[in-house]
Amino acid sequence: MATELLTQYLPIVVFLGLAVGMAVLMIAASYLVGKQNPYGEKDSAYECGFPPFGDARAKFDVRFYLVSILFIIFDLEIAFLFPWAVSLGKIGVFGFWSMVTFLGVLTVGFIYEWRKGALDWE
Amino acid sequence: MIEAIFFYLFSAILVLSALMVITAKNPVHAVLFLILAFFNAAALFVMLGAEFIAMTLVIVYVGAVAVLFLFVVMMLDINFAALRKGMKKHLPVGGAVGLLLLGELLWIYKSWTPSMFAEQSAASPMPEGVTNTHALGQVLYTQYLYPFETAGLILLVAMIGAITLTLRRRGDVRRQNVSDQVARNPKDVIKVVKVASGAGVEL
Repeated sequence: MATELLTQYLPIVVFLGLAVGMAVLMIAASYLVGKQNPYGEKDSAYECGFPPFGDARAKFDVRFYLVSILFIIFDLEIAFLFPWAVSLGKIGVFGFWSMVTFLGVLTVGFIYEWRKGALDWE
Repeated sequence: MIEAIFFYLFSAILVLSALMVITAKNPVHAVLFLILAFFNAAALFVMLGAEFIAMTLVIVYVGAVAVLFLFVVMMLDINFAALRKGMKKHLPVGGAVGLLLLGELLWIYKSWTPSMFAEQSAASPMPEGVTNTHALGQVLYTQYLYPFETAGLILLVAMIGAITLTLRRRGDVRRQNVSDQVARNPKDVIKVVKVASGAGVEL
């Protein structure tokens, strides 16, 4: 039963294989074809470069986290909207209002975050 | 046959990348391996015929949760080298706790039997002739109304919780206030002064 479904994914598999093959080919070709003769002086930081002071990862503001978690919540809301939109003709008025209630609950949260200023970037 | 090959391919990459998540030295690499694991799990869902779940996994987990993990990694500033320093010292206690958990899991696994209501409580059978998303939509908003609305309430709680925990107001910034700006009257704020030559102005 699933075979019919899976054949629809054949182009994606081909595409995926091409992408992986291309990436591997490019890295492998540059590795094999290019002349490599590294030594300490060549690998060191060049001219205006300098050795790093520390880790590239610095702590950053918690506000980014807030934005991304709010994004996840509305992302999930949208994920719920897809099957609803597809089957709205079948589930009728009841299904419509159940989704409106769901959206209403989340709109309460949206108004809260708006009034609270969580969406402002100061 | 071909299905089996793809199943083992995706499962192998999934297990290996999951292994890399917990062994990678660099936490950012660990998160990237986690994304690879999510993608392969999505591929396995597609192979099971659960298309909608697969796409949701890609959208929600890869698109949002992985980004969140990256933010958390950046925010906590974990230094794995420093974390591993005390490995030898903490190995006896940590190993004992790990073995205890493993034993508990094995015990549960041994004593687990399917519930007698499993047949009834199993999800609705997949109807023939409709797509996965369609089938899901036909039961989610009517038959499973309460879990659905509960999901909405949980999202609301998560939203309010995140705002309460992380929203910080800075006092030293000037914010835009549209109504104040519009209501500002030139008469109140501008003063035209006639200056006599050589006399200067008193402000």
